[in-house]
Amino acid sequence: MAVKQVSVFVENETGRLADLTQILADNTIDLNAATIAETGEYGILRCIVQDPEAAVASLTAKGFMASISDVVAVAIDNKPGAINAVLQILADAGIAVKYIYSTIQSAKGEAAIMMKTGDTVRAERILENAGVRLCTIEDLK
Amino acid sequence: MECADRETMRALQLERLQATVKYEYENVPYYAAKMDKAGVKPEDIQTLEDIQLLPFITKEDIAVNYPTGLFAAPMEDIVRIQSSSGTTGKPKIVGYTQGDMDDWGEAVARGLTMCGMGKNDVAHISYGYGLFTGGLGAHAGAETIGATVIPMSTGNTARQIMFMQDMKSDVLCCTPSYALTIAEAVEKAGIRPEDLSLRAGLFGAEPWTQSMRNKIEKGLGIRAHDIYGLTEITGPGTATSCIENNGMHVQEDLFYPEIVDPNTLKPLPAGETGELVFTTLCKRGMPMIRYRTRDICYLMEGKCPCGRTTVRMSRVFGRTDDMLIVKGVNVFPSQVETVIAKFEELTLNYKILVDRKHNSDTIELMVEFAEGLVIDDIEFVENMKKRVEHALRDILQIGCKVRFLNAGTLPRSEGKAVRVEDRRKYE
Repeated sequence: MAVKQVSVFVENETGRLADLTQILADNTIDLNAATIAETGEYGILRCIVQDPEAAVASLTAKGFMASISDVVAVAIDNKPGAINAVLQILADAGIAVKYIYSTIQSAKGEAAIMMKTGDTVRAERILENAGVRLCTIEDLK
Repeated sequence: MECADRETMRALQLERLQATVKYEYENVPYYAAKMDKAGVKPEDIQTLEDIQLLPFITKEDIAVNYPTGLFAAPMEDIVRIQSSSGTTGKPKIVGYTQGDMDDWGEAVARGLTMCGMGKNDVAHISYGYGLFTGGLGAHAGAETIGATVIPMSTGNTARQIMFMQDMKSDVLCCTPSYALTIAEAVEKAGIRPEDLSLRAGLFGAEPWTQSMRNKIEKGLGIRAHDIYGLTEITGPGTATSCIENNGMHVQEDLFYPEIVDPNTLKPLPAGETGELVFTTLCKRGMPMIRYRTRDICYLMEGKCPCGRTTVRMSRVFGRTDDMLIVKGVNVFPSQVETVIAKFEELTLNYKILVDRKHNSDTIELMVEFAEGLVIDDIEFVENMKKRVEHALRDILQIGCKVRFLNAGTLPRSEGKAVRVEDRRKYE
């Protein structure tokens, strides 16, 4: 069920990120969600795209180190306290959340957040049991 | 000795060469085997020219004999160990007997005398102290003269200047780049060169330029002298420039210089440029016979206007191997490679970038991540950086910044890869 995210290692140089997005544009790959973790010298772009394999292939062909990993994606109401409710469930279950990010646009008054957790399978089961709606990749379009 | 006529010098050199070869043959089985293979016996050395019959010693010979295989004296007679970088992860280890220490002090003392230093002067030693021969070598020379020695070592420039002013330092010994740093700090502090007691400086251990010399001389109000040496031969003091500033006088009663064609290894006459080869004439801890320094220069014969008759060597124009000198420390790309090879996350596609910023050498390693590596974590990248930088410092003894690149980023060259880019300017 987990959603596949693409992670790309980027040297922190002027124009380097644009090189990356140019490749995605050239291959008509739409970013449904994206976030960047960075230090002074490096960044890691994490993103949700509809065809992660194709994105990785086109990026590695141009010399980027890109890889695929699982994240938990859940739909939440676009209102205060919604994220907190989800994170509270994971905290109570003792599941660590390394980072979260959200979709670029929110459709139908709903938003989606992506979470990197210490245990994807358990996190999904616990969230589902608590009545949180998990997203598929199509939900994130 | 420094003004001896040529015949006296050559007779002394021959006598000492013969004794050294006999001693080496009897005490170092590795070199004896090399001589046997070359079909030469100690008694075959009848003239100074016969030195050409003897096999060379290279840094590779030192590496395979790590740590003490080339020591000729028993450990009980070794009173000091010094060390410099080897071509691999292992350093070169050099051992000195008390006699070797005395000769080293003598050689540096002659160099300091060329700077005009006497026993009433204050010697300000700002070379690093430790395994590096710079600090302790200059120290031994100044002590031999009986000068007042301030063992400053490097760093803390403000304190260096305070001592210089308050203790009225006469002669400064350090790397040229550090001298420049001091000169700039002096100017920044609003101190005029004429307010300092400094008269001369003895600078070496790294390549430097005429413009650096001009800046140092003007900034500190001194006359700058060159000093040359390498740990394998003894340390600094093998050769020093006199007041004429036209080549460095080789202490040739202690160290016999030759210039050879680096390809054919045939000797070249004075004035022709080639690889410098040294034979130690008095060393007993670890004698070196025909040691290939890899430094490129030429020799000058004839009496110097200063009165000395010893042969002079020109400044070093370059290297016949890929050794770099960074912050006075020898760095070989092969050392960097041994570090990279320990990390399966990295590839051997790398580039070493050397530059000089604010008068200080910088070294940076750019290395590609292995293909297919999953990087989803900035912590992973930062940890890798810390681990690689730490491993590099352990081997190189100096800090080396690491920059990771995507796999396949560095240009692939056909044939020999260009692993090093040295952006420092030497003119």
